[in-house]
This record gives sequence, C-alpha cells and structure tokens, in this order.
Amino acid sequence: MSGVEQGALGRPDERVEGWDKVAGRARYAYEQPVPALYVHPVLSTVARGRVLAVDTGPARASAGVEAVLTHENAERLADTSDAEFAVLQGPHIGFCGQIVAAVVARTPEEARRGADLVQVREYAEEHDVVLGPGHPRLYCPDELNAYPEADTRQGDPAAALERAPVVLDRTYRTPMEHNNPMEPHACTVLWEEGTGGGSLTVYDSTQGVHPVRESLAQVLGLHAEQVRVVSEHVGGGFGSKGSPHAHNVVAALAARAVPGRWVKLALTRQQMFTLVGHRTPTIQRVRLGAARDGVLSAVVHDVEEHTSTVKEFAEQSAVCTRMMYAAPHRRTTHRLAALDVPIPFWMRAPGETPGMFALESALDELACELAMDPIVLRERNEPDLDPETGAPWSDRRLVQCLHEGARRFGWAGRDGRARSRREGEWWVGTGVASAVYPHFVNPGSEVEIVHGQGVYTVSIGAADIGTGARTVLGQIAADALSVPAERVRVRIGDTALPPATVAGGSAGTSSWGSAVVAAARALREEHGSEPGEGARARAGTPEDAVAPGYSVYSFGAHFVEARVHADTGEVRVPRMYGLFSVGRVLNPRLARSQLVGGMVMGLSMALHEHTVMDARLGHVVNHDLAQYHVAAHADVQQVEAEWLEGADVRATPMGSRGVGEIGIVGAAAAVANAAHHATGVRVRNLPLTPDRFLVGPRE
Amino acid sequence: MEATIILHVDGVRRELTVDTRTTLLDALRDRSGEYSPKKGCDHGQCGACTVLVGGRRILSCLALAVACDGDEVTTAAGLAGGEDGPHPLSRAFVEHDAFQCGYCTPGQVCSGVGVLAELEAGMPSHAAAHPGDPVEATDAEIRERMSGNLCRCGAYPAIVAAVREVAR
Ligand code: FES
Ligand code: FES
Repeated sequence: MSGVEQGALGRPDERVEGWDKVAGRARYAYEQPVPALYVHPVLSTVARGRVLAVDTGPARASAGVEAVLTHENAERLADTSDAEFAVLQGPHIGFCGQIVAAVVARTPEEARRGADLVQVREYAEEHDVVLGPGHPRLYCPDELNAYPEADTRQGDPAAALERAPVVLDRTYRTPMEHNNPMEPHACTVLWEEGTGGGSLTVYDSTQGVHPVRESLAQVLGLHAEQVRVVSEHVGGGFGSKGSPHAHNVVAALAARAVPGRWVKLALTRQQMFTLVGHRTPTIQRVRLGAARDGVLSAVVHDVEEHTSTVKEFAEQSAVCTRMMYAAPHRRTTHRLAALDVPIPFWMRAPGETPGMFALESALDELACELAMDPIVLRERNEPDLDPETGAPWSDRRLVQCLHEGARRFGWAGRDGRARSRREGEWWVGTGVASAVYPHFVNPGSEVEIVHGQGVYTVSIGAADIGTGARTVLGQIAADALSVPAERVRVRIGDTALPPATVAGGSAGTSSWGSAVVAAARALREEHGSEPGEGARARAGTPEDAVAPGYSVYSFGAHFVEARVHADTGEVRVPRMYGLFSVGRVLNPRLARSQLVGGMVMGLSMALHEHTVMDARLGHVVNHDLAQYHVAAHADVQQVEAEWLEGADVRATPMGSRGVGEIGIVGAAAAVANAAHHATGVRVRNLPLTPDRFLVGPRE
Repeated sequence: MEATIILHVDGVRRELTVDTRTTLLDALRDRSGEYSPKKGCDHGQCGACTVLVGGRRILSCLALAVACDGDEVTTAAGLAGGEDGPHPLSRAFVEHDAFQCGYCTPGQVCSGVGVLAELEAGMPSHAAAHPGDPVEATDAEIRERMSGNLCRCGAYPAIVAAVREVAR
C-alpha cells in the first residue's frame, strides 16, 4: 500500500477466533441456541424418472411429525429458472439422491424416523451415469465456469504436430471427486409473517451470505431486504458452499410451512454426495509437439467431462494450457456429456486442478522421452508474454520457483532414470510439477468503517471458511488506517453488513481487502487522522484494483518424494515441498496453513479420492467417509510450503494475490511423476491405488 | 421412548430427557446445547465428535446416551476452559495454527489428549515395529493414533507438531 506504514501486514498474527475454535465455542450454522423443529429430506432412489405417488400417511402418523412436504403440497416457488433450486415443484427425477420429500418433526430422531416412513413410488427410466471416451452425448458448452470460450485455437496445431520431430499423445483421466468439508451443509431458518410481507432469517454454512440471500429471495419471490443470512463460522467449503443448494430451499419451504418457529436442517454425510456438488470426472487428451531440444511447437488439450441433465456446470480444465508454456500452435477444447448424475460444481481450483494433472504429467513424460531434466524442459518453454493474450506478466516467477525450490528440496544430482533407486522393499523416486492459479478481484464488495472510542469497526458480509479472513482483514485495516491491530474490530458473515462477494476463486482477501483499503482511505480523507465519535466512511472494491493490461497469475513448484512398495504397490509420500509466488504474504501463519492444506488435498487426490457411480443402479456407491477416503494423519508426513518474497502491486493495493487454491494445483502430478520415477510405471488414471503399480514397468 | 439420564459435562451435572435412540453426541448438542463436539458423519468415520469419557476418548456419535448415564464427559470446551487454565494441548493448537475452519478441531484436541494418556500409559499401537517395543511419542506413533480424526483443511502437520510438543 503506497504511503502506508507496514506494521500489521506480514506479521504472523494468531487467528482472532482461534481459542473459540479450539474450545468448540465458535458457533456454526446448525448450532444456534434456539428451540427448533428438525427437517430431514427424503431422496430419490432412481437416477432418472418421476415420482408416481407419495404416501405420507404413515409418516404423518408417526410421533412428533409436524409436516411432510412433497411435490404435491409444497409451496409453488416464484422463480424456477435455476433447476437446482426448483425443489419439490414437480415429479421429475433427474438424478439418484434428489430431494423428493421432507419431514418436519419435533426432534432429529423423529424427523429421521418420519423420513423413513414416507413411501415414494418412483417410475424409473433408462439412465446413463458413466462418462466414457467419445460419449455419444458430448456437446460443446456455450461457456465455461468463469471463462467465456469453450474452445481456443492459435496457429495450426494439426500441421505443427505433423511436422514436430517428437510428438507425445497421451490421455489422462481424473475421477469424480467430492469436496467433503468436515462440517456438513446445514441451516437454521425462521420465517416470520408480518408487515412488509414477512421475513426470513437463515443461519447458513456458506462461502457467501449475500449470494445466498440473492438466490433465496429470487426463488421465493421476496425482496432482498426480507431475507437475512448469517454465517459466523463455516466448517470448510472448498467450493461446495459457494452457492446455496437444494437443501437451503427445502429448509426455507419447511420454515414457511411452520411460521414463527425455527427449523434446523443438517444434511447427512451421505446426502452430501448428491446435493452439494462434486468435481466432474475428466478424460483429457494432451498432445505435445516438440523439437529434440524440448522447445514446444504445439500444445493441444482436449477435455471431456460430464455435467448433469438438471443444470449445466462446465469445468474449465484446459484453460491452464492456454497460458502455461510457450508454443506458437495451440488448441484447447471442452466437451460435456449431460448425464443423469448429481449436479457438479466448484471443487477447490476447478479447472486448474484436473487440468494441471494432465498437462504437468505430459510435460514429465516428454522430459523422459527426451532424457531431459523436467525443470530444464519447463524453463525452455517459458513464455516472455502471456501466450493467450500477448500481455506482459505482472509477476511470473515460475522459473525462480522451480530453481529455488529445487535447491531447497535437494533436487541436484538426481538420477533421471526411472526405477533407479531401491531402499529395502521400496522403490524411491522424486517428481516435480508446476502450479498456477489466476488472480481474480471480484467487483461488488463494500466496506464500512466506523470510529468510536479509539476503535475502528470494519464491517463487511465476508465469509471466513477457515482462511482467517477476520484476522487478515483486521491487519489490512490496521495498516491502511496506520493504527495498531488492537484498535481494529472486524465484523463479517451477515447480510446486515455491507455486501461481500463469495469466498471463492482465491479472491476473498483480494476483493474484500481492496475495499477495506478504499474505505480506510475514505475515512482518513473525510475525517482526518483524529476522527470524532461515530465518524464513518464506506467504499467499494475499486474497479481498477488490478492494473489493466497485465496478465496476473500466481505460480508455484511442487517437489515430491514418493516410495512405492515393490510387492504391494502401496504408495507413501514422505516429503512434499512447495515453493509459491503469490505476491505479498499478508499473514505467514495463515497463508502457510492454506498452502499446506491445498497440498494435502492434492496428495489426497493423488492417492485416494475416487467417487464410484454404480452404472446399473445410478447411485454413488461410496457415499461416506469410510469408503470415500480422504487423506488422514497417517497418509500425511512432511509437507512444507514456502514462498518467494515480494509484492505485486498490480494485483491488489495490498500487493497480495490469493493463496487458497494454488496449493492443490499440480500437486497430484508431482506425486504421480515421483511415483513414475520410483517405479517406471506411468499412472495416467487417478488415484494412484496400489493395483496400478502391480503391472510391471512400462512406458 | 424417552428416558432420563444424568451426565456430568465438563464438571457440570446435567439431567436430560432423551429419546432412547439419541446418541451421546445428539444428547450433548441437541438436548443440552453443548455444541463443542461436532458432527461430521454420525457414523464413527471422522472423529469430529470425539469426547473424553472417564479420561478415555470415544466417538460420541457411536455411543447411545442412555448407555452413558452417570458418566463424566469432557469436551474441548472443558479442556480449553478448565479451572487451572487451558490444557497445554489447546494452547499448542492455537500457537501451531493446527486448524483452519475449526470444525474438526474440538475432536482433534480431545483425541490428542486421549493419545497423550495412552502414550503415558504405554498402550501399544500398530505403529510399533515389534510388539512389546517401548511406546514413544514419535511422529509415526502420533499419526497412527490420530488417524481416526479427519481434517479436510489438511492441518495434519501442525496438529502432529502440537501433540508432539506437549508429549515431550
Ligand atoms: S461424527 Fe462421530 S465419527 Fe464422525
Ligand atoms: S480445521 Fe477444517 S477440517 Fe480440520
């Protein structure tokens, strides 16, 4: 921040809510201390078809049941244009695990028992839930998540591949995956009738209270002012809480059926596998054309994915290939098949996470083919300007991440030949992969700062999903106001506060923090350095927070040591090291936790995560945490994240970029590359389960 | 069917009327407003609901409340707010930033305190190379024993560091 003393920023302050979390006193959405009724949803058991009849008699006769909502008796919604929110509006079934009824009862046990007693007769139609290569339903979407173009092309990639002395043509697959934040999605809701057409209060577990308010108001035909959404603490989201989902609408419908009484709805872990989004499986064909010295002439990345028939979500898996490495001839394409599956949605770094697994695996394969160090190969293809736009980079330090990371990891002297190191029963190898994540600053947030008795209260409806937003926004405000952090109080997570954009796209701190700086400047301009009691100022995220004309991304390099058991194929990862370039790190303690957390999720993706769809019955088979394994303590050994010093004042007034997602990007490729180096077995289908290594070495 | 039970939660005696189907976790959360233990799965698969009963860690989602009648239950709130100040492990969690979203955290802290007692008592685990080896607070031991507590935020390295620090 130009002209602002650096005091609080860059300091490793502890989380302001740290003790509340450690004691379990931090209140999550379900934990509001109000007498409430409980809602338990009933889900469809066929993947495509319709509800023929719902017999609610036994459920209504069951002890404690107050209401049973079905598509026949539920309130008609004002706006059903978003089919995900058109809950209980008709008999159509679009996927297995869709809400087809809901029971409202006095206790959680009675609600669950009531839900068991609801008898839903379903008509099943033929369904299709499995994405295979060249699926007959593939189509080209009009746009991708966050990107306007599904396909891009530069030069003549087909001809360049013909001419290239070395051509690599490989297909990589990533499976369907689920976010699985530890706190299941939940809400506590009250509908009060009265003047002004009534009011809805929602305590929600969400990455954005204002987006939830907007959606619910629209769906229910209310004015935004009639809806208040509060989200004090959020037990993780990883994208899945980036928008409301069907359960929010059901909870609102239930509340409106019992005016004046609170209702609580917490999805079960099993229900989360169909109702709150997932990452699509991907089939990615990557073709690289290169000269013998490794210089790329052509890069082609063609992606096939699924979406739901209910609503389209087009994951942008190949966008990283548009800008990552230099090559005059380039093509990216995305094709979707709309299947009878739950609705896919954001999962940590949608697009980059699966896309960089493919691209960075392919780079490693090319390096092996050319008998070249994979770091040298990447360096040879370092673009001076953004290959997609021709714009200069704001702060591209990928090569520095690779070189410095290699030094700190101890890469030098590595024998590049696969299957060259054995320790006892274990094959040992090391791997590298690059990371990238775009920089976003979302317009639309506002911050109000009020001065009283020497304390500055900073208010914005932002969400702290574990990032430490409360803490870091206070640090930003302290420096922007030139006061000690103890004199700043931060209020977030409530639509009664000024509007905030979603905690997503690694853009939370960038977007909200830019507004904090603007509001602090406004306060000083309007009220000087000795403001009176009640002096206040308000400002929004400036439109020019990001300097125009630059290509702004974060970069990083992952280094991994993998050990693969010679007899069982078990993969262990004793060491992960990531070096990132993310602009100025505003709070090292919090940033490290996010980067390490991303890497751990990347390790989990590499080794374990895989949602299994039952082709015959159309449901998610492994819909709990015993069968959908996420990395546990025993899977995670040494994981270290560091960063390059520096600031990117073109990115935000704070000089920072986001840190929430880049840690996962490329991590799985680094693990797979290390496992290949260890064994000579190239795994192109995630996850790296033991069976993949029991085939003997092959290239 | 309902039943009346007594629980001593963090030193406070509570008389509760519960459905006989109510788990200890739901008795704490829904029937007495003790929201410190969390529900992550309700199936014994995540560890978020871990509490100490008589000093040993249990998954409160897998215990029926009626089976805990008369028990001493310690939650993370009791550990952080004890009369002699917070438990050293609670403090180590804050210092090591051994969490992000905080939802798995009360369970991790309770589990960690249980692990410290198990190590102290020399209880063996799968991490020992040979049965009968002396039990030490190595990282491998801690990881093995803490593996029932999932953290999707990936705070594992910091959690292990916090437990290791207090164990030594
Ligand atoms: S809630 Fe008890 S183990 Fe998950
Ligand atoms: S801190 Fe979020 S799940 Fe552990």
